[in-house]
Amino acid sequence: MWKQRSPGQSSFNDYNTFPLPQTQRVQPSYAHGPTFHTQQPLVTGTSVLGIKFDKGVMIAADNLASYGSLARFRDIQRLHPLGQHTLIGVAGDMSDYQWLQKELDALLREEDALALTDSHPSLSPKNIYQLLSNLFYARRSKMNPVWNAVLVGGWDKVKAESFLAYVDLLGTTYTAPTLATGFGAHLAQPLLREAYEAKAGIDGTGPLLTQEEAEKVLEDCMKVLFYRDARSINKFQIATITAEGSTISDSKSADTYWAFAEGLRGYGAQTQ
Amino acid sequence: MVAKAVETPNIGFDFSNHARNQFLGQRLQGVPKATSTGTTIVGVIFGGGDSGEEPGVCLGADTRATGGPIVADKNCEKIHYLTPQIRCCGAGTAADTEFVTNLISSNLELHALSQGRPARVVTAMTMLKQYLFRYQGHVGAHLVLGGVDVTGPQLFTVHAHGSTDKLPYVTMGSGSLAAMAVFESSFRENMKKEEAIALVARAIRSGIFNDLGSGSNVDVAVITKNGTEQLRNYEMPNERGIKSRNYKFRRGTTAWTKEAVRSLVVSEEIKSTSGAGKDQGGVEVKAVPTGAGAGGEEGMEIDS
Amino acid sequence: MALYSNAPASYADHTSAPIEHRFNPYSDNGGSILAIAGKDFSVIAGDTRQSEGYNIQTRYARKVWQLTDKAVLATNGFAADGNNFVKRVKQRLEWYEHAHHKPMGLKSIARMIQTMLYAKRFFPYYVYNILGGIEEDGSGAVYSFDPVGSYEREACRAAGAAQSLIQPFLDNQIYFKNQTPETGSEPFIPGNLPLSTVLSLVVDSFTSATERHIEVGDGMEIYVVMNKGRTTDDLLDKKKLGPGMEVEELGALGEGGGERTFLVRAALKRD
Repeated sequence: MWKQRSPGQSSFNDYNTFPLPQTQRVQPSYAHGPTFHTQQPLVTGTSVLGIKFDKGVMIAADNLASYGSLARFRDIQRLHPLGQHTLIGVAGDMSDYQWLQKELDALLREEDALALTDSHPSLSPKNIYQLLSNLFYARRSKMNPVWNAVLVGGWDKVKAESFLAYVDLLGTTYTAPTLATGFGAHLAQPLLREAYEAKAGIDGTGPLLTQEEAEKVLEDCMKVLFYRDARSINKFQIATITAEGSTISDSKSADTYWAFAEGLRGYGAQTQ
Repeated sequence: MVAKAVETPNIGFDFSNHARNQFLGQRLQGVPKATSTGTTIVGVIFGGGDSGEEPGVCLGADTRATGGPIVADKNCEKIHYLTPQIRCCGAGTAADTEFVTNLISSNLELHALSQGRPARVVTAMTMLKQYLFRYQGHVGAHLVLGGVDVTGPQLFTVHAHGSTDKLPYVTMGSGSLAAMAVFESSFRENMKKEEAIALVARAIRSGIFNDLGSGSNVDVAVITKNGTEQLRNYEMPNERGIKSRNYKFRRGTTAWTKEAVRSLVVSEEIKSTSGAGKDQGGVEVKAVPTGAGAGGEEGMEIDS
Repeated sequence: MALYSNAPASYADHTSAPIEHRFNPYSDNGGSILAIAGKDFSVIAGDTRQSEGYNIQTRYARKVWQLTDKAVLATNGFAADGNNFVKRVKQRLEWYEHAHHKPMGLKSIARMIQTMLYAKRFFPYYVYNILGGIEEDGSGAVYSFDPVGSYEREACRAAGAAQSLIQPFLDNQIYFKNQTPETGSEPFIPGNLPLSTVLSLVVDSFTSATERHIEVGDGMEIYVVMNKGRTTDDLLDKKKLGPGMEVEELGALGEGGGERTFLVRAALKRD
């Protein structure tokens, strides 16, 4: 029927009608040089936004998982709680995200079980963030990245303060009172910083936004992202993490305004 | 029969060095880099409707020019003059924005003279896009074009490849997303002039503080049918503080290996000129003996 | 039929072949660091901006780290490598202390950093390190490293995005390059500047780099390590610090050999 492919031969059959199976034979790594695990993201989620407010932290992400430019899955939740006081928002490859969910949930179950028999403290947001940072950096160092950018939001019970930090596929980490991944870093971050600094001041010593104000800013940003990010959708969720725990809102949409489009005619000299 | 060499008119760019430059670029690591105005430039239409104000256009720009990661100019002007009622903000290659706006400005003036009426903004837009399209993006000018003509306020963006957009609010440059975020969340139709200026300044500030390619000051231009207001350095949110040390060097700090003093000017004669200056206001004609040069009797004082 | 089924390799269609997007494990996060050694102190400083491309990731990210009571390390380059490198250095320092019941000396830390960097010669830490502190003889010291472990003790060093802007300035002001002393007076000797002068030079280095380099700004952290017994008046006197600058003493990490570490913070422009 078809010939087994030998090295250097075409990857199609003799009649060029179908691709031959590309079996990856297990060979010692030294046989054909270095091994590359390198993948590329396939089904992807776009921006995740985060902002601190007076009683905690909020994280927002839309419900779309794109397949290239195709709006493939339109009801995907990209916010995931980890225990009582931590929550992650994930952008990038969705299969890596689901793997991450599985691994982290398993770890947290184990921790919960330990906490039953021992005076075992639960993982703090910082602990989980540290774990993610180490995981992402280790995987990038193996040239096999976890293709995501993650915002970790949480409430530190011991210090009684909110927690917000970023980690991505390179293992790059940072923290700030407002954060955004991907396109959000260009479009939403300026608005988030502006709103935050309007009350807290540039040194962050003033009062923080209230819950209502923070939610309003995030909704504004999600609207702007929907207007301008071609991989976004006007359907998003906002997670709120406070001392009382974390909650994830139902999916909602922003009020958009298109009326001015009525008056637009062409792109140049056209008037009709 | 002798084939006659094809004569090409001597206009436009000269590409005869292209092959040479590519060769040199391979030999030396890379070709010289043009100063690019990593930029935030914006424009909005305001007034009209029930605002009770004259309709107009408000343009804005930051003032940072960069060459790679280095700031080449901390206070450059990116709002270029086209006609009394048309201005053009430029992003991209600084030289290209400068030249293309100068050229179109000249042509618009000639156009106005030959037609006996001011040129319209669409005319400027069409001249710009046709010029830029001809050069297939190699003239790296990304423009925000705004003005008021007989048809009212007009606002366009012109990309380096020659495409245009016509919108009530536009942004361009590396800070375009930071600025557009402000517009998308806060733009309203029929704003008052002061509101439009405040919004434009806010959009530029968004670029200045969030985009590394943009920085320094906010320039604003407001155009209505009554004329153009140029608000150069409308806001200056990034003034440098005083340095903690004084870096004046003691005279004689710089070492030298040899000293040679030569008087190049033996004698000097001052004559009044005819022509432009004509009457030089009674300058006396006399020969001045000079003891010029370093070490001369009355040498120039640089420091004291 | 089957015209191209066994085409030679040279017929390969390069346009339709899948383009391999090789994962790039590195990034450049901008910023700048510098260190200056004095007679009995050492100053190690860095800005606090972390950026990628034209984006500011955060206005406050740490680049300078207190390792021991007499050693401070500044890292610059790829932030993820920097942070993880510092983490491993600190781990090795802790192991050393458990094994030898004393903190590692400055020059030993320097040598250890060299071997740790060279250990990853073929997948390097993309980090420029500058180590500053107090040597065993009580003198201020600065060691600077390249990403794969070449190092040297110096009187001063700048590294990072604005190295090319700051180093010539330090060469002139610290090493007195291109400056000739007044005829008949003593020759300039590097490494004897008073702390107040050094601090001013550090501040001016960063404010100037902020003016002319887009990746430098937001804030700076200046660590001052002082030898035991040295006066702290020239640092703690508020009048001698610039406006908006704040000093804080960092508590001793170990037993406390008498060396003292101070952290001076100041704001930089944010555009």
